[in-house]
This record gives sequence, C-alpha cells and structure tokens, in this order.
Amino acid sequence: MDDFFKIFSLSLLSQTIRISIPYILAALGATVSELGGVVNIGLEGLILIGAFFSVIGNYYTNNPWLGLLFGVFGGVVFAWLHAYVSIKFRANQIISGIALNIMAVGVTKFFLKFIFHSSSNSSRISGITPINTPLSKIPLIGDIVSSPLIIITIVLIFAVYYTVYKTSFGLRLRSVGENPEAADTLGINVYKIRYIGVLVSGALAALGGVWLAYDQHQFTDGMSGGRGYIALAAMIFGKWDPLLATIASLLFGFAEAIQIQLQTMGINIPVQFIQMIPYALTIIVLALSLSKSQSPSADGIPYEKE
Amino acid sequence: MENFEIELKGITKRFGQLLANDNAELFVKKGEIHALVGENGAGKTTLMKILYGLYTPDSGTIKIRGKEVKIHSSKDAIDLKIGMVHQHFMLVKTLTVSENVVLGKEITKNGFIVDYERTNAEVKKLVEKFNLSLDPFAKVSTLGVGEQQRLEILKLLYRDAEILIFDEPTAVLTPQETKYFFDIMKKLSSDGKTIILITHKLKEVLEISNNITVMRQGKTVGRLETSKTDEAEIAKLMVGRPVLFKVSKTVKTEDEINKTETVVLIKNLSVLSSKGHTAVNNLSLDIKKGEIFGIAGVEGNGQSELIETIAGLRKPVSGQFKIFGKDIDFKRTTPKKMFDIGLAHIPEDRHKDGLVLDFTVSENMILGRHREKVFSNSFNINFKRVEEFASKMINDYLIYPPKSSLKARMLSGGNQQKIVVARELSKKPRFILISQPTRGVDVGAIEFIHKKIIEARDSGCAILLISADLSEILSLSDRIGVIYRGEVKKIFLADRTNEDELGLIMMGGAS
Repeated sequence: MDDFFKIFSLSLLSQTIRISIPYILAALGATVSELGGVVNIGLEGLILIGAFFSVIGNYYTNNPWLGLLFGVFGGVVFAWLHAYVSIKFRANQIISGIALNIMAVGVTKFFLKFIFHSSSNSSRISGITPINTPLSKIPLIGDIVSSPLIIITIVLIFAVYYTVYKTSFGLRLRSVGENPEAADTLGINVYKIRYIGVLVSGALAALGGVWLAYDQHQFTDGMSGGRGYIALAAMIFGKWDPLLATIASLLFGFAEAIQIQLQTMGINIPVQFIQMIPYALTIIVLALSLSKSQSPSADGIPYEKE
Repeated sequence: MENFEIELKGITKRFGQLLANDNAELFVKKGEIHALVGENGAGKTTLMKILYGLYTPDSGTIKIRGKEVKIHSSKDAIDLKIGMVHQHFMLVKTLTVSENVVLGKEITKNGFIVDYERTNAEVKKLVEKFNLSLDPFAKVSTLGVGEQQRLEILKLLYRDAEILIFDEPTAVLTPQETKYFFDIMKKLSSDGKTIILITHKLKEVLEISNNITVMRQGKTVGRLETSKTDEAEIAKLMVGRPVLFKVSKTVKTEDEINKTETVVLIKNLSVLSSKGHTAVNNLSLDIKKGEIFGIAGVEGNGQSELIETIAGLRKPVSGQFKIFGKDIDFKRTTPKKMFDIGLAHIPEDRHKDGLVLDFTVSENMILGRHREKVFSNSFNINFKRVEEFASKMINDYLIYPPKSSLKARMLSGGNQQKIVVARELSKKPRFILISQPTRGVDVGAIEFIHKKIIEARDSGCAILLISADLSEILSLSDRIGVIYRGEVKKIFLADRTNEDELGLIMMGGAS
C-alpha cells in the first residue's frame, strides 16, 4: 500500500506536465483546425516536422529560439500542404493527413541521414535555458514551471480559448466549421478562414514537436511516437473546446506518467501491461465520450462554392 | 421611363444540360412587395441567386437603382444592400441569435475582440423596432421555425439591406406564423424596403404583393398588377394551361361510409416521440375501403409518429392494429412486412425518407421495389426493365426534365415529389399512407398529384392523409379526424365542416 502512495509525488506532477505539453499543443491545434471544419489527422507528422526542423535550426544557428522559430515555420509549411490539398482541391482530409504523416517520416529520415549521418538520431543540441524566478527554487518541479516553453504553452492555451470564443475571428472560425454555406452568404471568406485554422494547427503541433526535441536535446527518428493521435483523442474528449482539450491532454499525460513511474518502481506487474495503460485509457475515454460529444457539423466536409 | 430599384434583363444561366434561366427579366419598384411566381424548376430561385451573387449569369445585365452592376459574390450583393432569406435557413445553430446576426460584420472593441455588450444592445434595438420578438441570447438550436425566419430577417436588417429577397418564406410556417410574417413584411415595405417574394402559393401572392412577375421554364412569361388579376390568370401563366383548384370527386354520404367495409382498424395506439414524450396518446381510428381519411392538426401533435408507426418504422408502446382483417403485431412489424401486405407510403420528408438524392431518377423509381420479379431475379437487377418502367412513369407523371438518368438531386422539389408519388402509387397498393403530399409543390403538380390520389381512392384503396394544408385535407378527404396532443379529438364528414371549425379544435378548443 505504501508503494501505491509513493507514486503520487512531486516528480509525478512534473512528469505529467512534461509529457502533456506536446499533447496540449497538438490538441489545441487540432481543435482550431476542426472548429474551422478541416480534420487534421496530420498532427503526428507535424509534431515530427516541428521537432526535426527545430533541431536543424538550432544546430546551424546555435540559437534555441531561432531553432524554435524554424520548427514552427516547418510545421506551418507542411500544414499549408494539407490545407492546399484539402481546401483548394477538396481532397479527402483523412487521406491528405495520412499522406502528411507518411511524408513527415520520410523527409525526417532522409535529412537525418543527410545532415547528421545517422539513421537514429541527430547530434545533441542545447535546450532553452529556464528563466530564473522564485518558482525555480521549488524542488523537482522548479525546472518545469520556469521553462519558457511551458510558460508559452500556458499563454497559448488561454490565447486559443480567448480567440475562439471572444474574437470576431473565433466567431467566423466556428461558423465556417458549423455551416460554411451560411458564412459564405454573409460574405465571409470560408477558404481563407479554414486556411488560417489549418496553418495555426500546424504551428501549434510543430511547437509540441519543438518541446519534444528540446526536452531530449536531440531529434530521434520517429520521436512523435503516436502523440498526434493521442492529441486527436484529447480534442474529441475535450468536445472541441480548448480548455477541455487541455484537461484531457493532462489526463493522458498523467496516465503515461504513472506508467513510467510504475516501471521505475519495479512493481511486480508485467511491463507490457503497464505500458498499455495510456492507450487503454484513450480507448475507454473515447468510448465513453464519443456518444455525447458533438463535432462541428461541417467537420471534415470540403466546402464547395456553388 | 420609370425608375426601377431592380432591373434584370436578358438573364441566361445554364447548368450542364439544364437551361435554368432563358432570357429572363424582372423589374421591381422601390418599396413594393413584388411576387416572383412560377412552378418548381421555373428558374425563380436561380434568378434570385444571380441577383444575390451566388451564381454568375452566362449573359444578361443587372441594374440596381439605375446603375449597371456586376455581382460576383454575396459580399458584392450585401454591399449593394441586397439581402436574401434562403428557403433552407442559413444559420449557425451552435451560435446565439446575436452572434448569427453580426457574423461577418461584428461589432468589435479594437477590430478583433467582439464587443458582446454593444452587440446584444444593437440586436435588441432592431428586434424591438421591427417587432420580431427574439431573444438575443438564445442559441439557434433552441429556436422554432418561425423564430429562425425572423432571425434571418434580422440579419438582413442589421446589414441595412434595402432589397430583401425571400425564397418560399411561408412553406414551413403555420397559418398563425404566416400572418405574423406578413405583418412584418408590410412594416418593412412601409419603411421603404423593397421586397421580392418567391412563392407559388397564389393566395398569398394576392394577399400581400403589389406586382407579380410570372416565370415558366426559365422565361419571364408575364408581368401583372396584383389588383388587376386573379388566381386563375396567374395559374394559367405559370402552368401554361388552365388549372383546376379543386379536384372533383364523388361525395360519399354518412350512410354510405358506415356501410362500407372497414379495412384498417387502429385501436388505443400509444407511441413515444424520439425524445421520449408521449406523442400518440391512446389513438383509435378506422379507415374504410375506398376512403380517404384526413388528419388535420397543428404540426407536432403526433402525426409523424403515427405515420412512422403504421409504416413499421417506429415501435409503439401499446395498441392494436388490424388491416384487411389480419392482426398485425405492431412491435414485430417491419417496413418490408407492411409492404408485402400492400402498404404504400409517401413520407413527409422526401429528401430524408423518400429518395436517395444521389441516385438517378430510374433508380429512385424502384427503391424498395427492387425485389419485385419484374425488376430482378434474386440476384441481378434487370436495368432494361427498370429503364422502361422509369420512362413510363416520367411520361405518365409529366416529370420534368424527362431524363431518367439525371440524379434526383438535379430535379426541382415538385418533380422529386412526383417520383415518390409515381413509385408508391404504381405499386398497386391497398392501403396508402400519405404525408404532406404537396409540400413545396407548385399548382400544376398539386392538381396532378391530387388527381392521382383520388384515382387511387376510387380504385378501392384505403388512404390515410396527413397534411398541414387544411384546404388540401378538406378537398381530398371523405372524413377528417382532428388530432390534438396525440388524440383524435373529433371526426367530421369532410363536406360538413370548414377550416374555421377544424382550426378551433386543432388549437385545443372545445370539441
């Protein structure tokens, strides 16, 4: 029983936050994209691209901030491909997203070999130095709460929420995802709004990738590891609401943190079983929430002007 | 030369093989209510969508307030102070009334953040000015049809529209809502707004409009002054031949009806709605051979649930059902079993339950009948026979355009309805459920569909007819039951009652 309570330590909290950051960012991105009516299953690839491009930027400039910008830029460019194909040419958004994921794997593998002469990982890079604040002195989680990327993430959570629900852009975004025809008759440029939604999702997901790479101080092949899909699940569980999606992301992060904690504690349960926890949780949560949650009515449906 | 607010000249628009507008024209004066009438598929909506910038014409000129303009998008139209209320409302149902009103032209604090306080105040002001009775904070998903329509009007007024186009505005309204709607229209017109009303309800045209433009097969075929014309003249222009407004049928006396064999008997039927409320409440009725039993009632009093139950689409809570002397187990029946007994069903929503819009006309003609030996052995469909059958039906029912290979989606509402009617009536049924047979259908087709229904009755079919249109119920039925809160309150002989008497009981008045 004592063992059981040992799990719930400050390090579990710090672990949860660390793991949740890419989920949160990608889930926010997915929410923005889908509220505008474009399904973005390419998040997985966008995380990978963000991670890889930030490492390259960082590697060549030796400036983690420039690396971050480069990573986000890479995400936007790749998201633009998805937007171009699925909005302009009205391609099936799922297929376009999957194509993006496959392409991201290929592109990163190729340039990893080309630049770093390795098929598994890049050279080591420096992360962003934590800011020194009184909070930094808290043991174990001090590093986490003073990390600029985490502060940026917290700001972004509220910025996305505020934009979606309080601004005219947010109103238009929600309208083109719900009833694009109605928005069109009011003179709203449906394509433009949807483009912006997808590009923002690319930037956010890529930022999640930047965090992954900086957290591990390198790029490793396939390091997105299914996080984009879990972020999609968090978006659905969060009912397409930025704050709820954040909470869902934290829940998934928490499950994974427990899984890691359980493994390091050497509890007598087969490792494979423990590793299953986050994914089993994802399935259970989705099964419980799907029936009730309402996706935007025009989500995934290409808009065609008459 | 007279000054017109709107001048459309020589407008031609083609969709593939379909010539939707053929040198059409329209002249509307400022401040008038102008009715644009014509049968379904006559090109009224196309012409208006051109005026509103949703379609670009292949040729023709548009003048607004005397100036020639090109309207490429609805944004251009809005800039020209033209607004349109579409037949299918263009509302975002997850947003509030206020949000829908300002969408695309938001009131903001700094160009970015929506100023909800001012937005709601502004919306409230407009609601009060035009007496629209809407709550700015209500979510659209909670609004009734009449409210949604008033919200559409509000959207236009917020954009300072001077020209308001309404596409079939009363098709979905109850008589009370229609009256309210007309009051709003008169107020708008006295405020100097120019109103174009697309409709095919001639009574309404005569009641509300100042001038009338009639279209037929894409062409403008007449311009009339409302005070100098009548229903017969307009209908003749619309259809191209004189139209009968009331189909003639033999009237049956009470005695005759009582003596006829009862073929359908429903006893103590109770059904829940999809939301779990009691929709049909201990309802009993009987239908004789060769009789049309009409059900009059305000929509939402259990009519849909009643029809669905009989059709085998909905399981009742309790009740007995006897058809052609055979007991039917309501809880075990399926549409297929009912079909085999000889039931035909013309559903109220042709898009949802009557047709597969992306199938061709001929495919739609045999929906549910594909098992019939004529059309298939148990494996292959004999498309040649299907084609022959479809062509015959298109001929018999005057479906336009007469192309069996067109997707049902391409046809106008009236012609789509004819497909459903043709399919169901040609089954040689013994019992027919008919729900809203002429909703959104134009005069020529109404006359035709009515004639076909009477023919079915005269051949001995038992028919249960539900319609929101009281005059339709009165002219077709032999007996009429008034439904209120899921119960048949009273049964009348059709020729011994009138709209006022029925209306009173429909509203829950003394029976």
